[in-house]
Amino acid sequence: MKVLADILSATILFSVPLLLVALGGMFSERSGIINIALEGIMIIGALIACLTLRMLNLNTNIGETAPQLGVLIAIVVAAASGAVFSLLLAFASVSLKADQTIGGTALNMMAPAVAIALTWAVQGQGQTNIIIPTWARITQETFGIVEKDTFIQNFLFKSFYLTTPVAVLLFIAAVIILYRTRFGLRLRACGEHPQAADSVGINVYRMRYSGVTISGILAGIGGLAYTVAAGSTFQSSVAGYGFLALAVMIFGNWKPWNILGASLFFALFKIIGSYSSSLPFLPSFDNLNQSEYLYLMVPYVVTMIVLILTSKKSRAPKSEGIPYDKGRR
Amino acid sequence: MKFKRIFYSNGFISLLASIVSICFGLLLGFILLFCFNAPFALSGFKALITAGFRSSDKFAKVLYQAAPLVMTGLSVAFAFKTGLFNIGATGQYTVGAAFALIGAIEFQLPWYVCLVLAMIGGAIWGVFPGLFKALFNVHEVITSIMFNWIGLFAVNLTIVNLSQMLAKHWGFAQMDRTAPLSTANPSAILPKLGLDTLLQSNYMNIGIFIAIIIAIIMYIVLNKTVFGYELKACGYNRNASEYAGISAKRNIILSMVISGALAGVGGGLYYLAGTGQYSLAKTLVAMGFNGIPVALLASSDPIGTVFSALFISYIQVGGDAMQPEFVREIIDIIISEIIYLSAFSLLMRNILGKWIRPKEAFADDDTPVAAIEAPPGNLESIESEVSDQ
Repeated sequence: MKVLADILSATILFSVPLLLVALGGMFSERSGIINIALEGIMIIGALIACLTLRMLNLNTNIGETAPQLGVLIAIVVAAASGAVFSLLLAFASVSLKADQTIGGTALNMMAPAVAIALTWAVQGQGQTNIIIPTWARITQETFGIVEKDTFIQNFLFKSFYLTTPVAVLLFIAAVIILYRTRFGLRLRACGEHPQAADSVGINVYRMRYSGVTISGILAGIGGLAYTVAAGSTFQSSVAGYGFLALAVMIFGNWKPWNILGASLFFALFKIIGSYSSSLPFLPSFDNLNQSEYLYLMVPYVVTMIVLILTSKKSRAPKSEGIPYDKGRR
Repeated sequence: MKFKRIFYSNGFISLLASIVSICFGLLLGFILLFCFNAPFALSGFKALITAGFRSSDKFAKVLYQAAPLVMTGLSVAFAFKTGLFNIGATGQYTVGAAFALIGAIEFQLPWYVCLVLAMIGGAIWGVFPGLFKALFNVHEVITSIMFNWIGLFAVNLTIVNLSQMLAKHWGFAQMDRTAPLSTANPSAILPKLGLDTLLQSNYMNIGIFIAIIIAIIMYIVLNKTVFGYELKACGYNRNASEYAGISAKRNIILSMVISGALAGVGGGLYYLAGTGQYSLAKTLVAMGFNGIPVALLASSDPIGTVFSALFISYIQVGGDAMQPEFVREIIDIIISEIIYLSAFSLLMRNILGKWIRPKEAFADDDTPVAAIEAPPGNLESIESEVSDQ
């Protein structure tokens, strides 16, 4: 039972970055811009947020007085830096009508390099890891609960960070914004038929800028969420989660609720893969050396199969990837 | 008049656009060096620019790294020509490398057989994205990303489960890498033809020449054959080429298979040089991703790929020479900056075109500048497929 609590808890922890980043990708693509730079935006968000946490830890005593306020500041910083970085993509692909995939690829290459260079510059030569202060985690103490080892408390507090409730709020906000506001309707129109949207007076360029910026905000927070989930240090990488989020988004058919399901599904398989040795009910393949690799493959294979099975229903925003040109019909 | 034709040609303007991007990128690099460590900025920049030519050993290293880069660059470029974005060159490269190494160590085959095996391995890994795109309409970017990871783990699993592959079987201490070819099978190392003594470097072998020959073959295939014409037609407009009787599905699959084979050979060339050992890691190899900037900088032209790979390899060697005053990742920032600039190559080409060609030049030139295409907009094709159904 304890293993089950661990697995569920870890699944939620790792589905948070996937959910946030995939939602970000959804906003961008629904406005008509393919955002392949999600990985890079995550890295930049995580980098600046971790540097902020480090600074707060060294220069203030926020870790003792109000640790979660410190994390909240980091989340805001991650969102802001992600948004700023994503503007580079928006500028290239909306204003200059450049190829969106190429611009995104450039940002993906740039982000880890910037992260390593900045980490060195701040921490001194050879210091490639930024250590996240331990107070960032929400524990049973935070609520003044007596520490117990029950299923519920393991499930809730084994790995609990402020990013999880924030992600829930952002998810609800995303659903409302996309389907219940004028802005959401206009955004979706720009991804489907920008010419039609323009003809009724919607500023397509501004909508696309908004879409990309929202994706930057969400991906930036997602980067921080990944980093706190993955361990106690930031190592200038988010291990391909930006690309996985892209897959989750397609798997979730560009719809928020489906994306939620897809990210939980994917995270579950990913966690089962990494817990494979401690799960008695999984076959252990004794005649193979290092059968862990087999389980590490599972989430990717499963996603591939699901994508093939659901491909008939898959429907991308119609105008994604095509720069909007007022003069073109 | 003939000189004018070259001067006004599309190829020349593309080249100029790339050079402008490179100059801006290097300028930014200098500013970055200045920001990070001002006292060493000048010496660092000098190292970056000149290191590759400073000694024959460094020059050999440029050529050694350029060989696999040419191949992964060709792989990405070839797929671009058919309107596909092959972000899976990493996976194909890894599988190709594994096939080559398994042939070399486990089965003790000579180098040319291993290279063919590498090609087959890469091609097999290229089939999936092409097949899934053609049959199930799953976007090739997603399939490639998934298969990068599947390939990596499958290769690791296979290598640890073969009896002779690991270095420890041959009496070395390392647990996490394959055996060095110099011990396991010297006949699998690419021939050096005396080039190593000429340049006084162990890195030198015929790899770069194999890569250049393949680049020329790819140029001929793309520009001088019906098959190449069909591939490019599919890249420009899938519906129009279907209408003209070209099977788009067949071409998508074939293009990805060839693209995969090219990346696979890249993996073979790198590991059969005998200087590198495949180490079992849980992260994707960077060489495959570096093929993307190589292809973009060359505007997907096979011959241009050779030069852009040499350039990227050259400044990477320069980046190593900048240490320890600077982080070598500054090179990656410069490269990505160049790519970012080349993303609006179409815009830059238009500006340069207008600037270079006087107005009357349009009269005797058959292609207006505005018609010069960037690599076919790869992701645009989704739209047409959705409406197909």
